[in-house]
Amino acid sequence: MRHILSLLVENEAGALSRISGLFSARAFNIESLTVAPTEDESLSRMTIVTTGSDQIIEQITKQLNKLVDVIKVIDLNERNYIERELLLIKLDSTKIGTPQLESIVSEFKGVVIDDSDNTITIELINTGEVLDSFIDKLEKDWIFEVVRTGVSGIALGASVIKY
Amino acid sequence: METNEKLRGADIFVRSLIDEGVTHLFGYPGGAVLHIYDALYKQQEINHILVRHEQGATHAADGYARATGKPGVVLVTSGPGVTNAITGIATAYMDSIPLVVFSGQVITSMIGNDAFQEVDAIGISRPCVKHNFLVKDVKDLASTIKKAFYVAMSGRPGPVLVDIPKDVTADMCDYSYPKDIEMRSYRPVTKGHPGQIKRAIKMLMSAKKPMVYTGGGVILSDAHEELTFMTQKLGYPITNTLMGLGGYPATDKQFLGMLGMHGTYEANMAMHHCDVLLAIGARFDDRVTGDLEKFCPYARIIHIDVDPASIAKNVPVDIPIVGDVKSVLSDINKSLESQLHKIDKEAIALWWNQIHEWQKMDCLRFDRQSEKIKPQHVIETLYNLTNGDAYVTSDVGQHQMWAAQFYKFNKPRRWINSGGLGTMGFGLPAAMGVKVAHPDDTVVCISGEASLVMCIQELSTCLQYGLPVKIILLNNRYMGMVRQWQEFFYDKRYSHSYMDALPDFTKLAESFGHVGLRVEKSSDVKGALEEGLAMTDRLVLMNFITDQTENVYPMIAAGKGQHEMHLTPERELA
Ligand SMILES: Cc1ncc(C[n+]2csc(CCOP(=O)(O)OP(=O)(O)O)c2C)c(N)n1
Repeated sequence: MRHILSLLVENEAGALSRISGLFSARAFNIESLTVAPTEDESLSRMTIVTTGSDQIIEQITKQLNKLVDVIKVIDLNERNYIERELLLIKLDSTKIGTPQLESIVSEFKGVVIDDSDNTITIELINTGEVLDSFIDKLEKDWIFEVVRTGVSGIALGASVIKY
Repeated sequence: METNEKLRGADIFVRSLIDEGVTHLFGYPGGAVLHIYDALYKQQEINHILVRHEQGATHAADGYARATGKPGVVLVTSGPGVTNAITGIATAYMDSIPLVVFSGQVITSMIGNDAFQEVDAIGISRPCVKHNFLVKDVKDLASTIKKAFYVAMSGRPGPVLVDIPKDVTADMCDYSYPKDIEMRSYRPVTKGHPGQIKRAIKMLMSAKKPMVYTGGGVILSDAHEELTFMTQKLGYPITNTLMGLGGYPATDKQFLGMLGMHGTYEANMAMHHCDVLLAIGARFDDRVTGDLEKFCPYARIIHIDVDPASIAKNVPVDIPIVGDVKSVLSDINKSLESQLHKIDKEAIALWWNQIHEWQKMDCLRFDRQSEKIKPQHVIETLYNLTNGDAYVTSDVGQHQMWAAQFYKFNKPRRWINSGGLGTMGFGLPAAMGVKVAHPDDTVVCISGEASLVMCIQELSTCLQYGLPVKIILLNNRYMGMVRQWQEFFYDKRYSHSYMDALPDFTKLAESFGHVGLRVEKSSDVKGALEEGLAMTDRLVLMNFITDQTENVYPMIAAGKGQHEMHLTPERELA
């Protein structure tokens, strides 16, 4: 099953490689990993999307907790949470009719952030699934470039993950 | 602890070690650590032991740590110095041994430039250390050293590497060594959960076929007394892993011997048939469990370990207890007495009857009439002559298994071997480290001719520092353990397992300034051992020319269950 793990880690040079190294060394799956500092500069928040049986997810969580740089590991699947991913996509504007594109973009609540040199670049924030179905609506030969960030997640309501 | 004294990085390094209580440092110099070596030259408190290869330094520090419970400390230079140390670091990591390894690094401004003798020590060591640090500023040096020792020694112990660029050892800064250390991201649990402990005791009382299975964690947390007390109160059978030997007195009647691939028939059968398994400081390694599908099919399992990640990693557990083994066992012992009356004495008596039947198999029997030297005979004789009181290190192979089977360890920290990584070359330098720690005790290295030469250079170190260890070489002119597998599983195609062109070990020992003995006849074994052991101030290499065809039994082949052991060919199980 797919799990989203949310981590608080020391904002230190080695932390990312320790964590990614753990996944490769122990043959754990890693679908995406995002990381950035939090409001406290000494801490980073990391979101890891992984898949595995309950037993494997338990091992992943324990092994992550064991790393000296890791302060907290939360499996968001155990709470109500929301996940978001950012897509930046550059299209060939010579191939697309404006009304056609406008309707797809507005259906998905995307934003055109650049329109120049016969290209159109759209920004879209949603779950990975919605981003997938957006991309599916587009013809292959319209697409110049796809850039996705991987998933960030946060628990809903009163549940706060803090040091 | 001094405060506000301006010192050079190299002196801060030395002062920090002294303030940490370090008395012995195993090392090898080079460009990146020359400032530190200069600082070492000017002081008396720390004894530096100059090894002959950095692998030897790590194994020696490892042996020192295993024999004392104190951290082993290593100093190596950048580049090849630290790459040579990696095997020893990985060895310590697999067996959870506390080492603090300091490596020199090129100057901060050169890092990443492929400078002379630069390697990414942090990157190379990452997968085989508990943690590592790069010290970029002399201001952080003392506190990083404090953290390194704290991390290495606490929780589940392990090696920690500290990489120190050369300029950091030249820079000046105020020195004060921190008293305590707080790391918000590292807080190992020590105390077991009282509710879980209660449930565990209840389950133990309900057992009809109980079994206690303990590993290196008992040794690491110095919990042998608590373990012995509990087990004897319970009256239950107990087995130790290869790493756990000495955690429970091997000559006690409740002890069933080692378990696992080359464990005893009775230990493995009792594991297979038990209904409650109490696992303590053990990690259900594949050499212990055999085929996981067939492992302990009837058992409810209690598992005590300081590392939560060790619990339910390979085998599902009914009652996990996270905590330091010593603390959890003493908590159990506090509430045990009042519960003992609940034990089903009749069932336990029947269970012992069954176990005594298994013991009649006499699974460690070997040919005592042989004129050729049987390796088992050598170790048994050694055991008798040393009253089971020697510190015994070993290398890796058949000799290691025979040592584990035939030397009965009644005390912890006496049996020192590379169980997890299985590093050939470990034995001699480890013995050296043990001898440094316990100069007045008998320290024996049991080795094979293939393993021994892997770190033979350390014979020099032994001479220089007066470390008269005894080397028991079980010389079968084969990589015996490889040969055994080839005999069993590759139709006797002995591919590259023959040790051709061996040195004359007597002359070899002599050329290093030591004593060599060659023993060829079974009837000479005892005399030779007596002679070698009597030379207490000399390193003696006793070269026993053993029966080449001898195999280690019992044996659980890969993919088999614990109840599917091979015994010696003439009495193979149905
Ligand atoms: C560094 C290293 N290389 C290879 C091995 C694989 N290996 C395990 S046992 C063994 C043979 C050991 O032979 P020897 O030291 O003569 O001991 P014996 O088995 O004959 O007692 C080998 C090659 C190992 N464990 N370590």
